[in-house]
Amino acid sequence: MSNPLNLSENTLSKIDEVVPKYPEKRSAALMVIHLVQDELGAVNDFACEWIANRLDLQPINIKELVTFYPMLREKPWGRKHVRVCRTLPCALRGSYATCKSFEKKLGVKEGHVREDGEYSLEFMECLADCGQGPVVIVDEKTYENVDGDRAEKFADLLLDGKLDESDEFQSYEDALLKKTEE
Amino acid sequence: MNAHLQERRIILKHADDPSYSNLIGCYLREGGYETLKKAFAMKPEEVGEEVLKSGVRGRGGAGFPAGMKWKFLDRKSGKPIYLICNADESEPGTFKDRQIMYKDPHQLIEGMMIAAYAIGAKQAFIYIRAEFHEGARILNRAIQEAKDNGYCGDNILGSSYSCDLVVHRGAGAYICGEETGLIESLEGKRPNPRIKPPYFPAVLGLYQCPTIVNNVETLCNVRHIIEMGGEEFAKIGKPNNTGTRIWCVSGQVMKPGYYEFECGALTLGEMIFGVCGGLRPGRSLKAVIPGGSSSKILRADERFSGKLKDGTEFDWGLEDIPLDFDGPASVGSMSGSGGIIVMDDTVDIVEAMANINAFYAHESCGQCTPCREGSLWMRKITQRMCSGGAREEDADLLLSVANQIEGRTICAFGEAAAWPTQSFVTKFRDDFIKKASETVEEKNSRKLQLI
Ligand SMILES: Cc1cc2nc3c(=O)[nH]c(=O)nc-3n(C[C@H](O)[C@H](O)[C@H](O)COP(=O)(O)O)c2cc1C
Ligand code: SF4
Ligand code: FES
Repeated sequence: MSNPLNLSENTLSKIDEVVPKYPEKRSAALMVIHLVQDELGAVNDFACEWIANRLDLQPINIKELVTFYPMLREKPWGRKHVRVCRTLPCALRGSYATCKSFEKKLGVKEGHVREDGEYSLEFMECLADCGQGPVVIVDEKTYENVDGDRAEKFADLLLDGKLDESDEFQSYEDALLKKTEE
Repeated sequence: MNAHLQERRIILKHADDPSYSNLIGCYLREGGYETLKKAFAMKPEEVGEEVLKSGVRGRGGAGFPAGMKWKFLDRKSGKPIYLICNADESEPGTFKDRQIMYKDPHQLIEGMMIAAYAIGAKQAFIYIRAEFHEGARILNRAIQEAKDNGYCGDNILGSSYSCDLVVHRGAGAYICGEETGLIESLEGKRPNPRIKPPYFPAVLGLYQCPTIVNNVETLCNVRHIIEMGGEEFAKIGKPNNTGTRIWCVSGQVMKPGYYEFECGALTLGEMIFGVCGGLRPGRSLKAVIPGGSSSKILRADERFSGKLKDGTEFDWGLEDIPLDFDGPASVGSMSGSGGIIVMDDTVDIVEAMANINAFYAHESCGQCTPCREGSLWMRKITQRMCSGGAREEDADLLLSVANQIEGRTICAFGEAAAWPTQSFVTKFRDDFIKKASETVEEKNSRKLQLI
């Protein structure tokens, strides 16, 4: 198949791997969209067409998924995408204030991408970690109890590119990774 | 702490052990996959019998007995059978399946392979919410480890039975947790739920084939049922409420978190004031949502009386409600997904309602007019009430909208969206009426913003 989206070899081979896992090709749609979006940042009409072709579907069969699912995008988020949980358990622990302070610090309104494309911010529904809210996800890592002054500090570390080194904000994922390395 | 407030961890036994990682070595060290061997020495029907005897009820929300669900499988059709693990975990207030999948994935895989063998599944899937990026990676790695050791995939344990296990990621839609929406999503379509009847998954599920959908925690229980035997398992907890449950406590308590207890081992009050360390200093309890945001709210000063299924009479305050399936159900709510959301007296109940309504308005799939329009209306009304435009008649307006959703939709999301409004407005009517006369000073004096 030709490669008009200029997808990497890695993505193409992952797509080839995932499609035959399903009894019917169409079932692979979400997984293929994820793979394409992970690389391109978004799934535009052109990408919909390509994916549809790959799965022997009509472009609308892909487009209707991209427009339905909250995590699928027609336009990319920023280079760093920050998600704050909005739903009641997190709100009860201050997530509205967290989101507001991020808006200020990162210089971007919730639901938008900063003009320079560096950051985007999203106020999301429950992220299934409600016991340790407010919950924040940066790209693929989950941070807990990001409230009040801690939220300000968190944003500063993020802006300085020092979040990963910080002891105060170890992500849920990194804490587990540490266990497997020991 | 009282001895009976000590957790009894079965599912989460190793999850937080510092020397236990999610790699297969740790699982095998603790006797992992021995139960799979035991199950494969039994006939598939015998495995199903044990699950039936155990009385285990689904942990995903509805609490339907798993063994009975398996019995409903249409085996006469001759079509392939599928097994799906519901790992969408998206009911607000719920965060238990995450702990299992991230910290002890092999327990789920073993439970699933036992279940797959029992029902004769041709293929199995784990439908995991897309926000669990690392969770999907952990599961995929664990599945590969299991395959390398012959516990999953082709010719499991050298037998003639093969069953592949595929991790499928969602994309951020709550409705994919509803089992028929999930199935549509897994078919590569929009997750528009199907109407039951006729589309009971056990008869017409994935690709219109018989399909079993079970929650992560339910499938982990299967492993323990087979290990100890159905009758032994049924001794844990109480009749009709067997096994342990992982309760997820969130909101305004000192020590929120996940706690595993035998069903009925403690009351809601003991959970909040004992296990979770109570409320912040100087606060008092206002309300509790006992089973995820869809369940009906309970007022701290309510009295509940009536008769249990076995005929015994009860007269409880909120704190006396036993934590099992039947306790919250007998006071008109439900234990649902086990998500207990605690609110203290600093909470403005109308704002809390507006927060919940915003969730349901965002998540309705839009197929049914009452749900699509009603959830939007409920959001708009409560939002207006919270931005200075409240009127006394809003309470009744909200109730009438909610009442027109319940029972008139394709899936139970309709009820999930209506129950919060019905219960909030009925039980906190005064708060909704008072909202109309709230001054700007009163509004601004509240530090906690919920909408
Ligand atoms: C709106 C809605 C959302 C649901 N979300 C979930 C969910 O996130 N996880 C889950 O396991 N079950 C969820 N359920 C329940 C499933 O439909 C289904 O009953 C369950 O997965 C069956 O598994 P169990 O019998 O093991 O509980 C939801 C139901 C509804 C109506
Ligand atoms: S009740 Fe709501 S979520 Fe369920 S099918 Fe109807 S519109 Fe969709
Ligand atoms: S409400 Fe924030 S993670 Fe659930």
